[in-house]
Amino acid sequence: MTVISFENVAYSYGGGELLTDVSLKLAPGSFHFLTGPSGAGKSTFLKLAYAELRPTSGRVMLFDNDVTRLSRDDVARTRRRIGIVHQDCKFLDHMTLAANMALPFTVSDRESSPQDMEDLLGWVGLKHLADALPPQLSGGERQRAALARAVIVDPDVILADEPTGNVDWEMSLRILTLLVELNKMGKTILVATHDLNLIRQAKAQIPARVLRIRSHRVQLAGADL
Amino acid sequence: MKLPAAKPASPATRALQVVPPSGPTAWLTTFTAGAMTFLCVFALALSLASGRLANRWSEALARTATIRLSAPAEQVQIQTDAILATLATTPGIASFRALDDAETRALLEPWFGPGLPVEALPIPRLIQVVEADPPYDSEGLRQRLAAEAPGALLDDHTRWRRPLAEAAARIRLLGVLSIALIGGAMAAMITLAARAALATNAEVIHVLRLVGAKDSYIARAFVRRFTLRALTGAAIGAAAGLIGVAALPAADAAGGFLTGLGFTGWGWLWPLALPPLAAIVAFFATRRAAFQKLRELT
Repeated sequence: MTVISFENVAYSYGGGELLTDVSLKLAPGSFHFLTGPSGAGKSTFLKLAYAELRPTSGRVMLFDNDVTRLSRDDVARTRRRIGIVHQDCKFLDHMTLAANMALPFTVSDRESSPQDMEDLLGWVGLKHLADALPPQLSGGERQRAALARAVIVDPDVILADEPTGNVDWEMSLRILTLLVELNKMGKTILVATHDLNLIRQAKAQIPARVLRIRSHRVQLAGADL
Repeated sequence: MKLPAAKPASPATRALQVVPPSGPTAWLTTFTAGAMTFLCVFALALSLASGRLANRWSEALARTATIRLSAPAEQVQIQTDAILATLATTPGIASFRALDDAETRALLEPWFGPGLPVEALPIPRLIQVVEADPPYDSEGLRQRLAAEAPGALLDDHTRWRRPLAEAAARIRLLGVLSIALIGGAMAAMITLAARAALATNAEVIHVLRLVGAKDSYIARAFVRRFTLRALTGAAIGAAAGLIGVAALPAADAAGGFLTGLGFTGWGWLWPLALPPLAAIVAFFATRRAAFQKLRELT
C-alpha cells in the first residue's frame, strides 16, 4: 500500500499550470521534505494531498482511493487518517486549547481519553495552557498545539505546511524533534519548508528525502543541498 | 486540570459548542419567528371564525323562511287564513305561525324607536315558517301561494344567505393563504439568517472540515441552533397571540358578526400547533441552506 500517490498530476489555476506532470509515491513510514521557492506550489501540492484541491489532470490516490471519486463524506473520513499542520494554524478561538485539541474526536462523535490528552499536552509542553484560549498563545505554542491536534486521532500521515515558519530556531528544532519522534512511531511525514537548515538538521537524525519543486515539476533531490 | 472529556457534555451539545455564539443577531431569528407566529394566530382566528360564521348563517337561515303578505287592509285577514291553510297541507314544514302586532313592533323597534303605531302603517304581515327534514319544495309552495294568496311572497333567505356564505368562505381562504404566506416568509428569513451565519463562520467550517468533520455534523450545529431559536420565538409569539385573542371583547348575540373573531372549544388547540410547525419549517430551511452553503465552501 502507498499512503499518497500522484500519477501524472497537473494543477492549474485560471492563469496557467502551477504543477505539471507530477508522479511520486509516499510509502508508509517515510519522511519527506518538500521545498522550493515561495509561490512554487508547495501549499498546492499539500492541498492536493489532503483532497482540499482536486487535480486538473492525472490521478491523486489517498490510501489507494482515487480522490476524484471520493464523496464529501469520504473526504471527511480520509482526513481523520491525515493530520494537517498549517503555518497559520487555525483554531476555534472561543474554545479552550484542550477542547481544540480534542476537536478531531469531537467531530467524529468520539471521546478522547483524559489520559491520552494529558500525555499529549505534556509531550508538546502545553500542559499549563490547557484552559487557555488560542488567541492567548504565542506562535510557537500555536504550532505545537496544531501538531498535537493533528496527531490526537493517531493518523497514518502528518502533512505540515511551513510548521516552523513563525517560530525561532530553538522552537523549530523542538517541533522537528516532535516530527522525528512521530516518524519513529511509524507515521508517514511530509513537511513543506523553505528552511534548508531545518532539512540538514533532520537528515542528521533520520533518513529523510527531499522533494524539490522546480519549473512546475516535483523532483527528488540528490544528497546535495 | 479541566479537560473536555471530563465534562459531562453529550455529543449533540458539543456539536452546538463548535460554532461560536452569535451574539445579538441571534435574537433576530427568535424575534422574526415570534412576530410571524403572532400574526399567524390572528390569521388562524380569522379563518376559524369566518368558517364558523359561514356555517352559522347557512344553518340558521336555511331552516327558516318568511312569508311576507302585502295586501289591502280588508284582504289581510282573508289571505292570512288562506296562507295558513296552505301551509297546513304542505308536507315538509315543521311549524309555522303568523307574527302578531306586538312581535312585529319589537322587530321594527330598533329602526323606528318605541311607540310605533303599527296599526296605522301599511306594514306587511309576516308568517314564520320552520322547515322539516326532508324540507318542503319551495318552488311548489311559491306557486300554490300565488294561487291562494296573491299578496304573499315566500322568502327562503337564499338571496341573503348565498353572498354571505360566499364572503365568509372567501375570508377563510384569505386566512389560509395568509398562514401559508407567513410560513413561507418565515422560511425565507430563516434561510437568509442561516446563510449569513454560515458565511460568517466560514473559517470555523474550514477548520472543522480540516479535522475530518462531515457536512452533516457541521449542519447539525447550525440546524439545532436555528430550530431552537424558531421554536422559542414561535412559542412566545403564539402565547402573545392567544392572549391578544382572549382579550378581545366577548361575542354577544347582537354583535356576533364583528366580535366573533376568536377560538372556541378545540379551536384553542390550533395555535399550540404553531410553535412545532415553526420549528419544522426552521429545521428544513436551515438544513437546506446549510448543505447548499457547505458545498460551496469545499
